[in-house]
Amino acid sequence: MKGRFGEFGGQFLPETLMPAAAELETAYEAAQADPAFRSELARLLRDFVGRPTPLTDARRLSEAVGLERVLLKREDLAHTGAHKINSAVGQALLAQRMGKHRVVAETGAGQHGVASAAACALLGLECVVYMGTEDMRRQAPNVFRMKLLGAEVRPVESGTKTLKDAVNEAIRDWVTNVRNTYYLLGSAIGPHPYPTMVRDFQSVIGKEAREQSQALLGRLPDVVVACVGGGSNAIGMFHAFLGDGAVKLRGVEAAGHGIATGEHAASIVAGSAGVLHGTRTLVLQDDDGQIRGTHSVSAGLDYPGVGPEHAALHASGRAHYVARTDHEALEGFTLLSRMEGIIPALEPAHAIADLRAIAKEHGAESIVLLCLSGRGDKDLETVMKELG
Amino acid sequence: MSVATLTGSERVARSFARAKDERRLAVIVYLTVGYPDRAATRGLLRAALDAGADILELGVPFSDPLADGATVQRASEVALRNGVTLADCLAEAREIVAERDATALFMGYTNPFLRFGAARLAEQGRACGLSGVIVPDLPTEESAVLDDALAPVGLARIDLYAPTTPDARLDELLPRSRGFAYCVSLTGVTGARQALGTDVAAFVGRVRARTQLPVAVGFGISQPEHVRALRGVADGVVVGSAALDAVGRGGERGLRDFVSSLVVAGRT
Repeated sequence: MKGRFGEFGGQFLPETLMPAAAELETAYEAAQADPAFRSELARLLRDFVGRPTPLTDARRLSEAVGLERVLLKREDLAHTGAHKINSAVGQALLAQRMGKHRVVAETGAGQHGVASAAACALLGLECVVYMGTEDMRRQAPNVFRMKLLGAEVRPVESGTKTLKDAVNEAIRDWVTNVRNTYYLLGSAIGPHPYPTMVRDFQSVIGKEAREQSQALLGRLPDVVVACVGGGSNAIGMFHAFLGDGAVKLRGVEAAGHGIATGEHAASIVAGSAGVLHGTRTLVLQDDDGQIRGTHSVSAGLDYPGVGPEHAALHASGRAHYVARTDHEALEGFTLLSRMEGIIPALEPAHAIADLRAIAKEHGAESIVLLCLSGRGDKDLETVMKELG
Repeated sequence: MSVATLTGSERVARSFARAKDERRLAVIVYLTVGYPDRAATRGLLRAALDAGADILELGVPFSDPLADGATVQRASEVALRNGVTLADCLAEAREIVAERDATALFMGYTNPFLRFGAARLAEQGRACGLSGVIVPDLPTEESAVLDDALAPVGLARIDLYAPTTPDARLDELLPRSRGFAYCVSLTGVTGARQALGTDVAAFVGRVRARTQLPVAVGFGISQPEHVRALRGVADGVVVGSAALDAVGRGGERGLRDFVSSLVVAGRT
């Protein structure tokens, strides 16, 4: 069935949006089949985003964590500082092609909001970004960046005042202004066709990294690891390796204060099947099916669901998912900064924090490819407070 | 005919037929269960019926009501803070149906229903005399999971149609319609509006041309004038956010006055 990943996925949308979702699917398929769209996207990825991003052989880090080699896919070096721009540029181009001059987006950490604002500025589109007030507080520099780029940032006061509620508000805006508005969803979540489309736009990460690994090593890595909130950088990285049975795929969720405390955002490790934001996936919910509040030091992982394709990869066993705490992520943050001179975002710091466990589980001789999905400038204030 | 022998769809049909006999639009009143507090719900449901409401929509609160505007969102948050569960909503339905032979529907989101279990919802819903459910985030394409459980026990899952739904899709969807055809008056979320959408009559006409079922219009309805404007266009109106606003302003009396004004406005 359309938009299904095993038992997950689908289109749980108000009727008002069903025709819009169908229109989006048709437009996306036509765009993908159009050489002019593909070459324009390739041009923007090269000249605006700065692709391909490098693959860095992190020698001191690998020694520190007890692995043969750790290769970092440097999405932190992409324009606007994270992988989010890959999909934002692709979708903004699609919005323009569809004749939608107004774009709405949600943002958690602010990276997707900044990427959307930048892509919209580039293409001359109006951009409205919904952001929880709790996230606006902890990601203040990104709020200012979005405004500089000409976007309107609308504070979301409802619910938990984080990413989940920003998605609700963006969907409410989309349902209200559906005729002229494109919803530029930031992760591989939501109703079909978003999980597929966002994954396709992000799969450039894995395609490049696979080639770069081959060129550097003459072989593929043993383990590919990425952090998972909604899971867009991870699915973009994993996708190129799905057919390589020998390559282990590993997603790292946010364990917050620890899974046992209930204060975390580990939807795969500790969630159950449910319907959230238009898709059937693994979600954090209570016995009555109410979506639970989440906690993570990293705003970008602070989400009570996950992309349906990850839920399916977990169910099939093709990918393995673990969770690392705030504390471990802060250690990972510091470790990468000191060992490699790279300050990571708190999101991929969770993946850095998992490297020692990978060494233990898969052996010290393992070669690990890690998606460094973003840079840490936005997190300095949070980290200063935490590490004070 | 006794309550137990009527299916949910038949009870809905009976309510619309009664309004039609009385030459007025049917008035469907939505109230979030447990708002403003748990004890208030019973009295508010009675007040709506006393004022002439034909069908009650019991709002099952959800943490993430993405089709709802600020009023229902806030009511849902309050209800959840008051600890309201789906089991509580079933209990409220059972009481008001037993007491008043009311036609009662649930309005709620997919996740709490599925978490409760479709089969369990069907069984307990029937036992409580519930007539059906409205699930705004469950389009026909995904509804089999609920329909397969509800249809055999005679509970109607009532579909919504939007101004954006193209004719070809209406052709496909309307033959599967149960209970009544719920027309969303505008592109947007629930919430009281100053004016009705300008293209409502044309849209309702597109729906009516394709179904024998009664047609009701909801979303944004907040004033007697809106109801008056729908005379001869629709068979009924659904009012939610404005009903909650009336509760907020004047409790049971406020709700009764508001619902009465809509019932009067719907007389043809």
